[in-house]
Amino acid sequence: MAPILHLHAVKAFYGAFEALHGIDVAVEDGGMTVLLGANGAGKTTTLRAVCGMVRSEGAIVFAGEALQRRSTEEIAAMGVAHVPEGRGTFVGLTVEENLRLGGYTRASKPHDAMARMYGYFPILADRRRQQAGALSGGEQQMLAIARALMMAPRLLVLDEPSFGLAPRVVEAIFAIIDRIRREQRVSVLLVEQNASLALELADHAYLIETGYVVASGSAKALADDPQIRRSYLGY
Amino acid sequence: MHLFLQQVFSGLASGAIYASLALALVMIYRATDLVNFAQGEMAMFSTYIAWMLVNAAVPFWAAFALTLIVSFIGGMVIERVVVRPVENAPVLAAVVVTIGLLLIFNALAGWLFTYTLQEFPSPFPDRPLFGALMTTRDLGVIAVTLIMLALLFAFFRFTATGLAMRAAAQNPASARLCGIRVGRMLAIGWGLAAAIGATAGIMVAPILFLDPEMMSGVLLYAFTGALLGGITSPVGAVIGGLIVGVTENLVGTYLIASQLKLTVALILIVIVLAFRPNGLFGTAIVRRV
Repeated sequence: MAPILHLHAVKAFYGAFEALHGIDVAVEDGGMTVLLGANGAGKTTTLRAVCGMVRSEGAIVFAGEALQRRSTEEIAAMGVAHVPEGRGTFVGLTVEENLRLGGYTRASKPHDAMARMYGYFPILADRRRQQAGALSGGEQQMLAIARALMMAPRLLVLDEPSFGLAPRVVEAIFAIIDRIRREQRVSVLLVEQNASLALELADHAYLIETGYVVASGSAKALADDPQIRRSYLGY
Repeated sequence: MHLFLQQVFSGLASGAIYASLALALVMIYRATDLVNFAQGEMAMFSTYIAWMLVNAAVPFWAAFALTLIVSFIGGMVIERVVVRPVENAPVLAAVVVTIGLLLIFNALAGWLFTYTLQEFPSPFPDRPLFGALMTTRDLGVIAVTLIMLALLFAFFRFTATGLAMRAAAQNPASARLCGIRVGRMLAIGWGLAAAIGATAGIMVAPILFLDPEMMSGVLLYAFTGALLGGITSPVGAVIGGLIVGVTENLVGTYLIASQLKLTVALILIVIVLAFRPNGLFGTAIVRRV
């Protein structure tokens, strides 16, 4: 299968500071790729480069089209749904308004999509009239994912969906991500600290350190690599 | 008691005008963290446009509608041309830009239309109502303002663009990730604020007479209303504007000479800032460092 997203020799910059030094990353169409690495390695920067939120060089190709020099809102409208660090929830708006915003770029009426999301996340249906800021962390993460899926994306970009959540909530969320990925035929690019869980679900994995890709391969191969096991999986 | 109620109602009429302008201030503040000191002068300039149209024998309500459209477009152009370049500048630089706009519009109006007071027609007859408790003119002003506010709240509550504007004001980065063109939303916000201001100007002009200084006092009252309601709260701005209108009228009637009424606004500003800096409905501003 051809990759739906391909980064080739991508460098990214914060002002004059170079945070990525030419990385190659691919996400298969319908696949799930995970980026592993320590804090500050450049994982989030990679996601930001994809969505046009930082200045980058090199080639970023999504579904056959170059993403560079496009604005974040254009990239979103092309079918890249990014759930950023900290979830990016509109806390002052209601749950339903957040979902409506997710459907903003869609021409068709968002009601069917919204009903589908309430099917995946019934708790959101119960809280649809509440302010998003009043939700628990796990519920907010569910809302963020649901909002992203409202865009009917071809690529879902998730930045540490497990951050700050209890292990049981994390497992529930990953189970839903896995299910949605199959049912909605959406490809996933994931950054995750919880390496063991991520490697179980993903098919490809990249290990990023200080702005370089230092290891890559099938998720299974990386999960079996003794060094990665020691550094990231802890056994 | 009769005099008291009379003053309350006429206070509500001027309060409705302050409320409109206060709402315009709050809209721009929420979207860009910027107090637009030129809001009053923009409204004054819009009123001159309406005045020219009326003098050219355009029926009043057609002139009113045309002026709102022109003001909306003008507001968007100002955002694009003047405000956008200082979007990421320090807030003081942006404030100076709005003060510059204030001076430009004031001088431009003086140059084009002279500083002579002009009579401005009222669309409402001036007849006493309810045993002279209020006049049809007051009622008309209040009605126009309420209709405009209702339309605005419906726009923000029920339309996709209104929702996108709220999202863009609240969390621009996240709004972009939803595919919302934040820049366009800001421009629409400035356009709407200019149109709201134009309504306030057209409603106040028959009372104050039209001249380039017409809105300076009104802006001060509106600013007081916005602060009183909490500069981040649209509902607060409306209620704050109404409270300021009534207070100003009552104090001017019973306590001090009406020439000193403007001081009431300043005293209110000081009281609000000293005792309740977030206003009645505002949220505390927390800055993460």
